[in-house]
Amino acid sequence: MTAQLSNRQTGVGIRSESEKTFNKGFIGLTLAFALGIGLILFSIGAVITWRAWPAIQTFGFGFLVNSTWNPVQGRESYGALPIIYGTLVSSLISLVIAIPLGVGTALFLSEDFIPLKFRTPLVFLVELLAAIPSVVYGLWGIFVLIPFIQPFALWLHETLGWIPFFSTPPSGGPGMFPAGIVLSIMILPIITAISRDSLACLPPDLRQASLGLGATRWETIFRVLIPAAISGIVGGIMLALGRAMGETMAVTMIIGNVNRISISILEPANTISSLLANQFAEASGMQVAALMYAALVLMILTLVVNIVADYIVSQVKAKY
Amino acid sequence: MSNLEPQRTGISLKKKPGSPRSLFDTFWTVIASLCMIVTLIPLFAVLIFVAIQGFSQLNLSLFTELPPPPGLSEGGIANALIGTIITVLLATAIAVPFGVLAAVYLSEFSGGNKIAQWVRFATNVLSGVPSIIAGIFAFGLLVSSGIVGFSAIAGGFALAVLMLPTIVRTTDEALQIVPQDVRWAAFGIGAYNYQTVLKVVLPAAIPSILTGVTLAVARAAGETAPLIFTALFSNFWPSVPPKGLLEPIATLSVLVYNFATVPFKPQQELAWAGSLILVLLVLITSVTARWASRQKTY
Repeated sequence: MTAQLSNRQTGVGIRSESEKTFNKGFIGLTLAFALGIGLILFSIGAVITWRAWPAIQTFGFGFLVNSTWNPVQGRESYGALPIIYGTLVSSLISLVIAIPLGVGTALFLSEDFIPLKFRTPLVFLVELLAAIPSVVYGLWGIFVLIPFIQPFALWLHETLGWIPFFSTPPSGGPGMFPAGIVLSIMILPIITAISRDSLACLPPDLRQASLGLGATRWETIFRVLIPAAISGIVGGIMLALGRAMGETMAVTMIIGNVNRISISILEPANTISSLLANQFAEASGMQVAALMYAALVLMILTLVVNIVADYIVSQVKAKY
Repeated sequence: MSNLEPQRTGISLKKKPGSPRSLFDTFWTVIASLCMIVTLIPLFAVLIFVAIQGFSQLNLSLFTELPPPPGLSEGGIANALIGTIITVLLATAIAVPFGVLAAVYLSEFSGGNKIAQWVRFATNVLSGVPSIIAGIFAFGLLVSSGIVGFSAIAGGFALAVLMLPTIVRTTDEALQIVPQDVRWAAFGIGAYNYQTVLKVVLPAAIPSILTGVTLAVARAAGETAPLIFTALFSNFWPSVPPKGLLEPIATLSVLVYNFATVPFKPQQELAWAGSLILVLLVLITSVTARWASRQKTY
């Protein structure tokens, strides 16, 4: 009786069992999908390991140090050293170019060098750099960048040829050097965005205290702001490294796809992802397993780098 | 020391433009400005070249005809346009319900428990997985096991894996911005959790969620690596679905990749035209997303 009275007063009916079950079911459904994300991540690793298993059994860890890649039936031999080398070196070249530019841009965009209403569109433009599809950078790299940097590559060889990295004359075509440049363009926005974020979330007191003591703007930046934000900046650089190692299309189109280790960055080379992009569609048998093995190596490399980066970036937020 | 101020304070607080400290400041300001300019040069270089090379190709046949056979000119990229739309629609149909429901759990029901922490971590890790790995995953799971062949479905599945983290993250953030009062109000009049979420919280967050989805779609449309061995490519019109979903299918991004490296001029020109369409898509969605994210329900 009291229940009915209160129903009439509030306008709410008795909660039916079926609705309660439905409600629980809905919550359960969302939980299932949330767990599904973890499941996808896990199955990516599981499926690739499963498909790579024949190659892992045949080649073992020797795969990582062997440098022949011969898919000819009967003389098959697979080793990933040149492509691991290419992946690491092309990423390092891109970092060498992108770190100073990215951090410089981040400083420019986080301090008040220009009014906010000009800074906002600049931030947007830098973000746009990350949104342009990789394959478009590849096309641009082939027809615009490679011819454009040819004189510069020639100059590097002629003046700095005694350094092993520039020891061979540039072919005028694809190679490690243009690939590194395109990669640096693609990772610049990540370094810039994360460095800018970690600079921007520093408490204003830090800046004010330093300026109050009579430091100039750049003394403040170098001695207070950068040291305070350094872990965020390093985290951003790590994320960029992870991106650079996994980047595929632009690199595939301009690195030359030659499975050979050459100390000179003016030579063509290859990366794990570009080898996959080139050979996967036509591969069969053991070659597929070997490519899966290479993919597993790439996945582990990028996972480690990304998780470390994620950890560093999350530490920053806890600090202030 | 001729004016009054320094006499009163004893030292000058005025910055001397010629002092080493000021010069040091000016020097680094110039360097930082140069960094900014150098960073933007490639953006404009890409935009300008794509515009110059692409706009001259824009005509009706581009959108209505098949690509020409090697050596011949004339023709278009219509099959790749249709293929991209089909593949991306498939990916969206998989990733959006999946991602939105997962985000609903994270933001509405988890209360920030251990599960939510792990799922957010997994989302972050998943967003760092290289796009080619998503393609390999789709190949290993669907194609090489014979579930589906090289097809729009396999390609759409790979793209969905790539879209998922973006959608989860943007939806999660969008839901968290919805004020708590709105939920209390809904509970207060006796609504169930599902009613609160589906009729009150989600509708309020729709603009921000849509922004995230659009950005993910634009990104997916430009993805190439996961498609070159899942959707493969085709020089012909896609068959009418559902048959068309099970056959290799052309996409814009793979067309750009394939045609960029062939020695034939007409194909290269189509590659530039395809790039222009992809870049315009990204530009338009980014600008609209910026504009839309300023519209708030609450």
